[in-house]
Amino acid sequence: MTETEKEIIVTGNEKPRIGVFVCHCGVNIAGVIPIEDLVEYAKTLPDVVFATEYKFMCSDVGQTLIKEKIQEQNLNRVIVAACSPRMHEPTFRLVLKEAGLNQFLFEMANIREHSSWVHMKDPEGAYEIAKDHIRLAVNKARELVPLEVQTVEVDPSCLIIGGGIAGMNAALDLATEGYKVYLVEKTPTIGGHMAQLDKTFPTMDCSACILTPRMVDVARNENIELLTYSEVTDVTGYIGNFEVTILKKPHYVDQEKCTGCGVCIDHCPVSVGNEFDLGLATRKAIYIPFPQAVPGQYTIDMDSCIRCGICASPDVCEPEAIVYDDEPEEIKVKVGTIIVATGWDLYDPTELKQYGYGRYPNVITGLQMERLLSSFGPLLGKPVRPSDLKEPHSIAFLQCVGSRNFREGGNKYCSRVCCMYATKQARQYKEKHPDAEIYIFYMDIRAFGKGYEEFYESAGRNYGINYVRGRIAEVREGEDHKIIIRSEDTLLQQPIELEVDMFVLSCGLEPRADADKITSLLRIQRSGDGFFMEAHPKLRPVDTLTEGIFVAGVAQGPKDIPDAVAQAKGAASSAAALMAKGEVEVEPFFAVVSPERCIGCGMCVENCAYGAVELVEDRRFGTIASINQALCKGCGACAGNCRCSAINIKGFTAEQIFEMITGRF
Amino acid sequence: MSKVVFETEDEEEVKVDKDWKPRILAFLCNWCSYAGADLAGVSRIQYPATVRVVRVPCTGRINPFFILKALTDGWDGVVVSGCHPGDCHYISGNLVARRRFALLNELLEFFGIEPGRVNFMWASAAEGERFAVLIEKATERVKKLGPNKRFLKKW
Ligand SMILES: Cc1cc2nc3c(=O)[nH]c(=O)nc-3n(C[C@H](O)[C@H](O)[C@H](O)COP(=O)(O)OP(=O)(O)OC[C@H]3O[C@@H](n4cnc5c(N)ncnc54)[C@H](O)[C@@H]3O)c2cc1C
Repeated sequence: MTETEKEIIVTGNEKPRIGVFVCHCGVNIAGVIPIEDLVEYAKTLPDVVFATEYKFMCSDVGQTLIKEKIQEQNLNRVIVAACSPRMHEPTFRLVLKEAGLNQFLFEMANIREHSSWVHMKDPEGAYEIAKDHIRLAVNKARELVPLEVQTVEVDPSCLIIGGGIAGMNAALDLATEGYKVYLVEKTPTIGGHMAQLDKTFPTMDCSACILTPRMVDVARNENIELLTYSEVTDVTGYIGNFEVTILKKPHYVDQEKCTGCGVCIDHCPVSVGNEFDLGLATRKAIYIPFPQAVPGQYTIDMDSCIRCGICASPDVCEPEAIVYDDEPEEIKVKVGTIIVATGWDLYDPTELKQYGYGRYPNVITGLQMERLLSSFGPLLGKPVRPSDLKEPHSIAFLQCVGSRNFREGGNKYCSRVCCMYATKQARQYKEKHPDAEIYIFYMDIRAFGKGYEEFYESAGRNYGINYVRGRIAEVREGEDHKIIIRSEDTLLQQPIELEVDMFVLSCGLEPRADADKITSLLRIQRSGDGFFMEAHPKLRPVDTLTEGIFVAGVAQGPKDIPDAVAQAKGAASSAAALMAKGEVEVEPFFAVVSPERCIGCGMCVENCAYGAVELVEDRRFGTIASINQALCKGCGACAGNCRCSAINIKGFTAEQIFEMITGRF
Repeated sequence: MSKVVFETEDEEEVKVDKDWKPRILAFLCNWCSYAGADLAGVSRIQYPATVRVVRVPCTGRINPFFILKALTDGWDGVVVSGCHPGDCHYISGNLVARRRFALLNELLEFFGIEPGRVNFMWASAAEGERFAVLIEKATERVKKLGPNKRFLKKW
């Protein structure tokens, strides 16, 4: 507010003076709906004292126009007919505030997302809807009253779910800035999928060399409380004040006492498939996932353990760390912000029967190939065919397995990393086996990142990798477990028949199988592809729709390591911005009780999910409901059930909604 | 519910007018269905120009009075749409609403309001397509019923 401007005091009792501002949004609205007519129509509505239009109301000029008119016309209610309030309501509220008017005397009429964009082929219909939306908004506006913004404190601590490369980077950034971080990881070690990779495209730097130091940094940082082998089981509260319950699963090995010496694994008689090596190698029932795991203490997998007691003998475990009757432990922490970085699962190609995965031994996934190529993998970096443990001479890769599929199973989206990882793996093999024949069957190669095109180009030129454009309809198993591929080279328009020693399926990335648990715990949303949804695809790519909760890494959508790290840093900085300020404004949309109407039936108490309502004895009104504003989220479940209309929700009052309903004509 | 209530009423034959656009009032929850409707917009998915939207924080906010009021006030149809069960932004508001509307449905039938005038549905913030399809279906249903005249006094 400048000095010449005056504050407009609204008590709610004066006659409404409503101003309506209609936005063209370029041609987005104006291309379908006659704006002039809308303005003229708005002027006919009761209490509307002013109406005008402008090309872009959200622009600087548009905002200034609104400010000027509020002052000049003494407006005490403002309506902007434009896009969704989810887009620009905060923008225009600020305009009111700057113009000296309480920011809650504002209402938006959504005539873009809910009209011009969805009724493009029916301009008359779109116009009718736009008119009605303006009228409904005007009706509601009459009932608006000034409200005071509320601020809540933001606890300077963050919960990060998932300790992959994304979660670890977010944790380190926040810890460095001085915030307390609780890093919850489901498995016994941090590192995520990156720990399974051998080299990383396009620079071919060793994955472990860049990852393991970070893992150690995380474990060593005193601001990070590392909770591995743990899961979040409950989250209550809201931005700034989340109450989190975490379940620490029993290791059956005292993590304080265990020195990680590894004598136990030499004695453990039980061998099972190792998850880390995707079943390509075994581990014992007492294990660490991989040698560089952080923390480096052991865990007993009780599903496989036969409780022979050998590891518990003091001859084997000198520090006497084995605790067979270890119990799960529940801990509760309070945090101000949450970052979700739970990553991905690999697409399971078993359902695509035509490729023989699970049926033919020499058909493997890209991630298995990664383990075979890994210098610290089960074969020390010398891939062999599963069927006879011989080095393959010829290998074919098939791209887009479970990705970009609009017909059969799988996912519609592009997984973004498979073109590059297949190229990487092919190059790695060729480096050691220059005579090998390598084919990559693709639809088109997506090499969009920094250095990716060059990487791909050199694979063909310098390494002699054969890129074949064409889908493979089906494979068969030939003699000696070779794989016979029939396809068509769609560039040369020639059929191809090929026999290879090994067939690698470049499977895509999928949302975590248990992502649903996270959505319901945190009340965040998933987009059509199943990954967690960002609040706005362009402008709020790390925020979720729940305030104070952010998302990073592949949990939000397929991406490579650089992008996952960039997003993690973005999420950390967004969380830090909230915590640095220490408080945040929240909408003052709470429940209020009219004691003279309340009969104390208690229905509201039952319906409140937050325990914010209780029955109290009032000297004048007897038994009545009472709302604890600190707990109330303004959902209205209490008001929706109140048979006496004794509870109202500020910002969505019954009067306001009734006014909208009666605005049929 | 017994169908008898309806059959004894003097059901007037309504011819479905193809060009008639029913006026439908839609109560959409802020976190799922309102966002889903926005997504339909951003994705330019086209659906019939029949719905006027009232944004509410949660379907749990919707008092049955609102729906009855909309009908007695002459809206041809009502849509109530929220988050999928289990996905409520407010933990369980939509479940509270679901229980409430199951009862309301019976009451509406008892009042002689044709099934189909009031449509309860779920659409998430990611389901722009689904939102459009559901609106299309609701529109068809209301269209078949014709204008909402049950509360109009015949002079
Ligand atoms: C075969 C293959 C090769 C690849 N090669 C490369 C490459 O060379 N270069 C490159 O840039 N990218 C590569 N990628 C992509 C790379 O793997 C991802 O970008 C990276 O893993 C993303 O890390 P993230 O932290 O988002 O997820 P993840 O690595 O999946 O980490 C998520 C972590 O969260 C944990 N978690 C999951 N759910 C929960 C829960 N409910 N509670 C607690 N913790 C949980 C998991 O245990 C895991 O530790 C490759 C991918 C594949 C499939």
